[in-house]
Amino acid sequence: MSEQPMRPATPMLRQIAEHRSLLQRFMGVSKEWKGFALLLLGGLGLSNLAIAYVVIDGRLDGQWYDIRDLGNVTQHLRSWMQDEGFHPAVPYLTTALLGALGILSVVGGWLLIGSWVERRVLAKFQIRQGPNRTGPFGLFQPIADAVKLMQKEVVIPRVADKFLYYAPPVIIFIPAILGWGPVPWAGKMSFLDLNVGVLYTIAISSLGVLGVFLAGWSSNNHYSLLGAMRTVAMMVSYEIPISLALLAVVLLTGSMQLSTIVAWQANYNAWLIFLLPFAAFTFLFASTAEINRTPNDIGEAESEIVAGFYTEYSGMKAGLFMGVELGNAILVGAMMATFFLGGYTMFGLETWIPGYLILAAKIGAVYFLFVWLRGTLPRFRLDQLMGYAWKFLIPLSVVQVLLVAVEASIFARWETPALFPLAAFALLNLGLTVEMVRRWAHALGYAPEVAQQQPVMATAIGGLKAAQKMRGG
Amino acid sequence: MNSTAEPYVLNIGPQHPSTHGVFRVRVVMDGEVIRDLDMIVGYLHRSMEKLAEERTYTQNIPFTDRADYLAAMSGNLGLALGIERLAGIDVPERASYLRVIFAELQRVASHAMANGTLVSDAGAWQTPLLYMFREREKILDLFEMTCGARLTTNYMRAGGVSFEPPAEFWPALNELVAELPGRIDEYMELLADNEIFLARTRGIGIITPEDAINGSLVGPALRGSGVPWDLRKAEPYCVYDRFDFDVPVGTRGDVYDRFMCRMMETRESVRILKQAIAQIPPGPHKNDVPLALRPPVGEVYSRVEGPRGENGFYLVSDGGPAPYRFHLRAPSLINLSLLRELARGASLPDAVVTLGSIDIVVGEIDR
Amino acid sequence: MPAGPHQLLGHRVADALEAALPGAVIGRHVEWIEVRSDRVRDVLRWLHDSESFDAAQLSNLTSVDRHTHFEVVYHLQSLDLNHQIVVKAIVEDHENPLLPSVYPVYKGALLQEREVYDLMGIRFDGHPDLRRLFLWEGYPAFPLRKDFLSLGQITGKAVNPGLQRFPFEDKESPDRMLNAGNIVTGEREASAGNAGGSAGAGH
Repeated sequence: MSEQPMRPATPMLRQIAEHRSLLQRFMGVSKEWKGFALLLLGGLGLSNLAIAYVVIDGRLDGQWYDIRDLGNVTQHLRSWMQDEGFHPAVPYLTTALLGALGILSVVGGWLLIGSWVERRVLAKFQIRQGPNRTGPFGLFQPIADAVKLMQKEVVIPRVADKFLYYAPPVIIFIPAILGWGPVPWAGKMSFLDLNVGVLYTIAISSLGVLGVFLAGWSSNNHYSLLGAMRTVAMMVSYEIPISLALLAVVLLTGSMQLSTIVAWQANYNAWLIFLLPFAAFTFLFASTAEINRTPNDIGEAESEIVAGFYTEYSGMKAGLFMGVELGNAILVGAMMATFFLGGYTMFGLETWIPGYLILAAKIGAVYFLFVWLRGTLPRFRLDQLMGYAWKFLIPLSVVQVLLVAVEASIFARWETPALFPLAAFALLNLGLTVEMVRRWAHALGYAPEVAQQQPVMATAIGGLKAAQKMRGG
Repeated sequence: MNSTAEPYVLNIGPQHPSTHGVFRVRVVMDGEVIRDLDMIVGYLHRSMEKLAEERTYTQNIPFTDRADYLAAMSGNLGLALGIERLAGIDVPERASYLRVIFAELQRVASHAMANGTLVSDAGAWQTPLLYMFREREKILDLFEMTCGARLTTNYMRAGGVSFEPPAEFWPALNELVAELPGRIDEYMELLADNEIFLARTRGIGIITPEDAINGSLVGPALRGSGVPWDLRKAEPYCVYDRFDFDVPVGTRGDVYDRFMCRMMETRESVRILKQAIAQIPPGPHKNDVPLALRPPVGEVYSRVEGPRGENGFYLVSDGGPAPYRFHLRAPSLINLSLLRELARGASLPDAVVTLGSIDIVVGEIDR
Repeated sequence: MPAGPHQLLGHRVADALEAALPGAVIGRHVEWIEVRSDRVRDVLRWLHDSESFDAAQLSNLTSVDRHTHFEVVYHLQSLDLNHQIVVKAIVEDHENPLLPSVYPVYKGALLQEREVYDLMGIRFDGHPDLRRLFLWEGYPAFPLRKDFLSLGQITGKAVNPGLQRFPFEDKESPDRMLNAGNIVTGEREASAGNAGGSAGAGH
């Protein structure tokens, strides 16, 4: 070895070695600037703390508190308009438009942020940087993407059925928006507080299959058709476990109204995911199948059928499909939070923090779970997935519904505080779920691979005879 | 199958995410099940064997980079050994050790790529692939600091290797060798017991040892079927007879076995690397060899165990400066001999995974 | 001695073959044996089945154009006994080369024989799927033949390595290959007769 000093040998390594983090760069600036920056940060923090203290301590008037529940604000508006003597339709129409605008901006805003979140988080999982060139932390990347997608030429296959080809990107967007109707964002903040909200949710979620099938059929492409057929088969199959899982929720809470379900969970301080673990799992897994996310994204399995049902779509049409995928992911997150994670409540925290922020945090958590799954798991095969639904989820869900029916009837007749039966149900359901899953898997003939999983190490070489000897011995 | 669906033709490739290059198959499908398959290659055909007849032996070494571009070092080594045997050239001992080190590094890099893309084909959206690229990048950095190129290395020459590695090469190599076993454990943890991965690969694409031998399969495809055949042990070239290593052999011959064989071969490569680093003697890295060699009339079939199997080079010399005939035995192409039998009756996802487990490089198929 | 370290001597193989299949071996060399092209399948089947040679795997199949005849070279490998046997089939007919396919013995010959047919124009009788592999059906020549682009036709050696480039710098007849036919549809035009010996006899 020579005595020359060690240095990175390749340009790329040199670049990496010379790269300095944000903190290192900050330590490099002059003392005056450092002091000024620290002063500024400290001042900002202190003023924020002061404001927070004033707000939380309740020194402000009650008006301000309404921001915790925007439903109150619209109600105030409505009553004010009625007092002013408008035609009865006007206040109704105004508040409805406001709510619709709110939902649309939530979904649209999420489409902007969500794709950044997904790409960025996935990049961190995959030891990459992700988008970091457009704006701070690459935050403007989705805007750049949207502009790019809109500018792109839309190539339409010559053999495609024109009308049916144009329709699906629009059709598929409708259920993704409509599904938000009954979701309670806070106590009175629900756009469409139906008393059959669960039925409405199931019905709306079935609509998406129409757009998918139209897209696959009208493209006149075998990949599209394969993807569409896979998706249709999967959606139809997985609607049954979803319905059965929600049936268990309805049985226990005794209501189909989403706000009542959330209120039930807040009332007993018991999230349904603890009471009904199997239903929660079924709902989550089946939802990933319904919205085509890993590990169940066989409808658009890119390593097999390129992009599935939207292979032939280009430009903003493909962008709409991708946007719907994102929108559906947070819709499922909202459903998951509402049905199983306590919705906008958080064990009393909702009196301090606006409920819609709690719900958004829960949606974000579920969305993070989806991204995590996407970054980790391989994909199932179609027959495995269908078999899982029909042979596993559906029978066990039926058993669970029977069980929950018994529990619900016990609970309805219980006199003393609800803590004891709920704790007992939680433990019982967890234990029964584990045991049921194990026994059923055993009955289906599943055995985990333990023996002879690894290849054996051969020290001598040989041919067929050696192979037979090794296999025999 | 009692399906009554009308069979249809699905054209997979030449541009498709899981064909690993410009490889095309026309598939007759019945629903999701493949009834028949016809593979169409040649989109990357450069007629290397003809071009080689107009170039000197040394000028032909870059062709081996461009044939199997994921294992350029192994190709270099095979051709260099062939030229040496044909012309009777000696190699310094240090050069032999350097060749072993670089060939094994190349094997690790290539297996990382193969396994990563296989898992990607199974649907894990690029995460294992990018993890494995991390090690591959480090190996390519080692190549770059030694010979200036990352993929098309053109490193081995008749009579030795072209450059002595720089001083910073050895600490970087030691660091890599020290961290590789932990990384392999990490991948095993992520994939070897992954229930979904097992469901997708266990019992899929089974090749019996009889078929594997008869179908001229080589490399991990052959060893995954349970045949303990490795040219590094059968015909120890360079200094492979001085190292202590084992040959991982699959037990069932399915996709998972081929995957695991590659994983464990990486471990064995690390073992070889450690021994080679400890044993490497000082000395020249290259003997003086004329650039325009004129080997005597004769022929040679030299072969090395590349990452994809037997990299063979059939050289016929007529005494001139260029080979009279230059044939490159492409393991990627010949390993596909059984593709049709494997794919018939399999479903499309299974066929994709099976193709991924055979690990083709289209540059080598088409040459 | 450029033979491989575990290569069987040609004489030993030839002697055994002479006893089993008289008349098949027409030449012996220290490294390889030469067999009649129409007997090659029998020879390989015998080597494959025999206990002492156990040529279980066809590790390589290729061909060499010797101007007057073709050699089809089989590198056979015994995995259990760890030795290599080199068999050369001499195809005398340079105009219309034909020899039996060894696919019934070795499945691994499937693509290798297609490759030899594609690039050298040697047809294999009994091959289940003998089509061109890299080039397209109707390509007017077999590129690995020595008379392709008339290189080496005069001296019988590789001419001026590195000087004559492929194929556009052929100053004398620049349209030799490009205009030999419609390369897209495979239809050959009437004026393509001047493609000369490169057209081959395969079609």
